[in-house]
Amino acid sequence: MNNKKKINLPLIVTVGPVSAWMVLLVAIPFIYVFAMSFMNKGAYGGVVIGFTLNNFKQVFDPLYLKVFGESLLISALTTILCIIISYPFTYFIAQKTTIKKTVFMAMVIVPFLVSSLIRLFGWINLLRKDGIFNSFLLKIGLIHEPLQLVYNTTGVMIGLVYMLLPFMILPLYSSIEKLDKSLLEACSDLGAKPSTAFLRVTLPLTMPGIFAGSILVFIPSLGYFFVTDLLGGNKIQVIGNIIRNQFITARNWPLGAAISIFLIIITLGLVGLYQKSGGNMDDLGGI
Amino acid sequence: MKKAQKKKVSEVFKNIYIYLVFLFLYLPILYVIIFSFNTSKLNITFESFTFQWYGTFFKNRPLMESLTNTLIIGVISTVIATIIGTIGAIGLSKYKFRGKKIIDKLLYIPIVIPEIVLGIALLSIYSALSIPLGLLSLTLSHITFSIPFVVITVRARLAGFDKFLEEAAMDLGANRIVTFFRVTLPLIMPGVLSGAMLAFSLSIDDVIISFFTSGPGSTTLPLKIFSMVKTGVTPEVNALSTVIMLITIIIIIINTSFQVKKLKANKA
Repeated sequence: MNNKKKINLPLIVTVGPVSAWMVLLVAIPFIYVFAMSFMNKGAYGGVVIGFTLNNFKQVFDPLYLKVFGESLLISALTTILCIIISYPFTYFIAQKTTIKKTVFMAMVIVPFLVSSLIRLFGWINLLRKDGIFNSFLLKIGLIHEPLQLVYNTTGVMIGLVYMLLPFMILPLYSSIEKLDKSLLEACSDLGAKPSTAFLRVTLPLTMPGIFAGSILVFIPSLGYFFVTDLLGGNKIQVIGNIIRNQFITARNWPLGAAISIFLIIITLGLVGLYQKSGGNMDDLGGI
Repeated sequence: MKKAQKKKVSEVFKNIYIYLVFLFLYLPILYVIIFSFNTSKLNITFESFTFQWYGTFFKNRPLMESLTNTLIIGVISTVIATIIGTIGAIGLSKYKFRGKKIIDKLLYIPIVIPEIVLGIALLSIYSALSIPLGLLSLTLSHITFSIPFVVITVRARLAGFDKFLEEAAMDLGANRIVTFFRVTLPLIMPGVLSGAMLAFSLSIDDVIISFFTSGPGSTTLPLKIFSMVKTGVTPEVNALSTVIMLITIIIIIINTSFQVKKLKANKA
């Protein structure tokens, strides 16, 4: 019997289905999108086979470039706000007793399991001109005119930070939890001030958590078209909005595909940086 | 004395900060719960208390249909993704083969690439292969984005797994299938269950990928709510969301109290 050619049955049974699924419904669709970005659009939507660089030329249209720039800026701001809010939060929680920690972290996950659209709808009502926030501020006399808190950039920022905050909290928490407390004791024994110890020891050691969280916040926020749809009042667009428009309303699929390629390149670049900095890919999915 | 006081002040400050972040996370949810008891159909001011919406959402056919679709897709896609993902994770961590690196990379794509890109990629391939958009295309899509999360959670569990237990079972005469069901599976069960829960919660709340891969007759609850938020959400939706929320919160409380009990037992 030829051992080398023997079919490894357990291998095929276990790895076969997952490999087939990933090739058929991830690899091939992505290759198709890549190919489509070089094709022409049909007269009534759809795709005409051919080769053109026109779609990529269109991507560099100033109109689109402006949306890209704004979208990247919104995502960067969202990421920074998430870090600023989450870092002290997870740091303080990590100092609690084990039981409190477990309860608090479960409390972080609960809202996350409520329909995200319902929660955004809640925000719209809280933030509108006749909403609770404005009524409260007017009542205590802090403002005299209701503030425009929704259907503008403020609304979009609140929505994005709200939607993505848990994705920053979870990786940050696990990296702060892993921190070896004896290192900090050593710092103070050696005479370092708490602020020095934080900047020189805690912050560098929790960097992997910040990186993982930033990837998990920055990248999805580029595509969250429903947040801008609901809280941006048709004025603010992220890259996801223009892709959606090309696929659903304008029906220019090849252009939508070319814009998606742009999004894929950004993602691969950032993930590459993350891996280079020693980031573990599994940390991005183990939420 | 002074130091103790300072510590107390900083403790209070820390707690205030923690609760403020929780307030931010829970505010919109509280709003939805409160307004599910509101008599007024408009979600602006609270008129008076009622339970009526909890009775009427059952009779709202489009809403119930979208809920049924969501649950059907959620259950089927979770079961299939969990089976494929679990045995896949076992195989991927056990065997070396040609192309393993490619499969590993492909598994990360649905996790890191913005959902919208997977959404349009699936829409394009369904259209190229003339697969009609409906429950089938939705279920296929949900399985696709769920598998990688199951693989990762199960693989994390497999990492802390004693291989000798499997070998011992086989030495004692158990075949591969018996070993899998009697030894491997029970040991990795916590990972499998959390992978399945993750897959289910991703599926029932998915907006973006469903947006591109659903057809006219196959609206899911998130898509239904999406169209309603633009035009006006009725208190029925608030009531339905409150019910779903209550179920999830009960599950989490049970789960957490088990964890807490375990922690307390370990301490004792």
